[in-house]
Amino acid sequence: MARLKVRVAFPERCKGCGLCVHFCPKKVLSVGNQRNLQGYKVVEIVSPDKCTGCGVCYLMCPDVVLEVV
Amino acid sequence: MKAFTFPQVLTDRSFHYCPGCHHGIAHRLLAEVLEELGVQERAYGVASIGCACFLYYYFDVDICEAPHGRACAAATGAKRARPELVVFTYQGDGDFAAIGLTESLHAAARGERITAIMINNTVYGMTGGQLSPTTLPGQRTTTTPEGRDPRVYGYPLKVAEILAGFPGVAFCARVAVNTPKRVREAKEALRKAFLAQIENRGFGYVEFLSACPVNWKLDAVRAAEKVNELTETFPLGVFRDEV
Amino acid sequence: MKPILVKGSEAIALGALEAGCRCYFGYPITPQNEIPELMARELPKRGGVFLQAESELAAVNMLLGAASTGVRAMTSSSSPGISLMAETFSYLAALELPAVVVNVSRGGPGLGGIEASQGDYFQATRGAGHGDYHFLVLSPASIQEAYELTAKAFELAEKYRQPAMILTDALLGQMKEPLRPRKLRLKKYPKDWALTGAKGRPGRTLRSLYLGPGELRARNELLQKKYRAMRREARAKVLYAEDAELAVTAFGSLSRIVKEAVEMAREKGYPVAFVRPVTLFPFPEKPFRELAARGVRFLVVELNCGQMVEDVRLSVCGRSEVELQAFPPSDLPAPEDIYRRIKRCLAAGK
Repeated sequence: MARLKVRVAFPERCKGCGLCVHFCPKKVLSVGNQRNLQGYKVVEIVSPDKCTGCGVCYLMCPDVVLEVV
Repeated sequence: MKAFTFPQVLTDRSFHYCPGCHHGIAHRLLAEVLEELGVQERAYGVASIGCACFLYYYFDVDICEAPHGRACAAATGAKRARPELVVFTYQGDGDFAAIGLTESLHAAARGERITAIMINNTVYGMTGGQLSPTTLPGQRTTTTPEGRDPRVYGYPLKVAEILAGFPGVAFCARVAVNTPKRVREAKEALRKAFLAQIENRGFGYVEFLSACPVNWKLDAVRAAEKVNELTETFPLGVFRDEV
Repeated sequence: MKPILVKGSEAIALGALEAGCRCYFGYPITPQNEIPELMARELPKRGGVFLQAESELAAVNMLLGAASTGVRAMTSSSSPGISLMAETFSYLAALELPAVVVNVSRGGPGLGGIEASQGDYFQATRGAGHGDYHFLVLSPASIQEAYELTAKAFELAEKYRQPAMILTDALLGQMKEPLRPRKLRLKKYPKDWALTGAKGRPGRTLRSLYLGPGELRARNELLQKKYRAMRREARAKVLYAEDAELAVTAFGSLSRIVKEAVEMAREKGYPVAFVRPVTLFPFPEKPFRELAARGVRFLVVELNCGQMVEDVRLSVCGRSEVELQAFPPSDLPAPEDIYRRIKRCLAAGK
């Protein structure tokens, strides 16, 4: 099975809280400067190839913004 | 490895919770457990009064609003009226353990076949961060500006430990969601708290130690770390398990 | 059908069972204990649910939960217990739940007494809880009527999808009379709003929190529309109105004593009518307006310090005099006490 990869599935739900960024073991993510309709800065994938599909970001996200598929 | 996708039980409405609030994680776990147990179609949730009063916006299940503190009584009535429903309450520490303590304890004492979820963030969140039954000694809140003084307000209520002593309780645990490992453990505890009901064993209770960044005046990451301090007063673990 | 000798409280419980009440939640308080006690014996036999709660507050919230699933459910208490339930009454109305609440009133205020009182009239008809809402309020004056009105309350509650209250008191609650527990044909209403589990449909919500612009106003308008529609359910018993110059008015158990006084007066040739409101909300304004239009004056007799008298004055709207004979709880008057006052009223009118 191809390895799972994180994707920002629902950017409009993001509140830029940074928990995913903090807990990601490979520093794949970062809070960007783009704001969504709620006015929050949205998380971005800065190093996609480092993502191991571990799902920690999904577990720690309080707003179900990310999917790891 | 199983993919991590948006739970089907959740509606597509964004959560209103503050950035970094652990309500959102608890919501996702609840949705995942309802889905995995296959009980979405017979779930009956009781929305309490507090930050989680908008529960019905987020879950595609039948949900009834109950007056502040009365969720466990309303849940009792619904479960007794239609035992085939999988009835749960989702309450804050103020709703469950302050104004609603009588209803909560008596539902547990009766061994009601319901699942009670208490989000313990040591403050009244929705109303702006006042003292709650689980505020720590010395913790500043908007109504204990100098910190909770035990000589005035006594000590935090340890609800999980109290309920653990009730024969009617079939599952009782306190969990946290401030680390990946604990999120996984919390989901398992929640699953068992529902099985306590579904397998007709008794009252199921899960207490979530939960970060409240805005009212703790911390950012999301530091608030998550602060939860570790809470575990000194509110130890994590399974206090009763007959599932 | 052979009548059975039962108390008013028991008749109320039997009426609820006749209406198919499936869930009862209660709490001990004199003078209504026969209701939970009968339900404890009878409901389980009929596959129903009886549960004694840890307080009236818990009981009425269990009622809320049960009613939200679409089953017929009831609670009962007495004055202080009803006060404890007040906040949830507002929720029952706001959530549009057809629940039935019985108040077997006792003397107040405070711990008061355990004998009859009509001191909860305002509490019942003005809504004990917060916000603009009403219970449909029915008040029986006999054991048979207690049985039938309780059953009717379930039907009306569902018809309007609003809570209904039976307002009675210790007198009727504790006295015994023959009851014919006859079969009653009650209409059923669709329960497409009930929380029965989102099977093959999206999840349903019963809520009262409306924060969006104009949302709460719309909810209030919806409730007010119901209360206007409920006016057609207004009922009053009117006797001897043809030649009346004075209409003596009373509700509930006290009306039995007042009726006797009116009949004493009529035997002596006094032109006196008798009006007994059966529904207290909606208040039966019509007979009062019609009598006032003919210049009839009113004597309102109550077992409180004067409450229903205000509704009579509102109905009459100044077109005629409305006097009050108040008997604060709980010393019951004798018919003669009222008969003397009737004669004084008529004399004063000349």
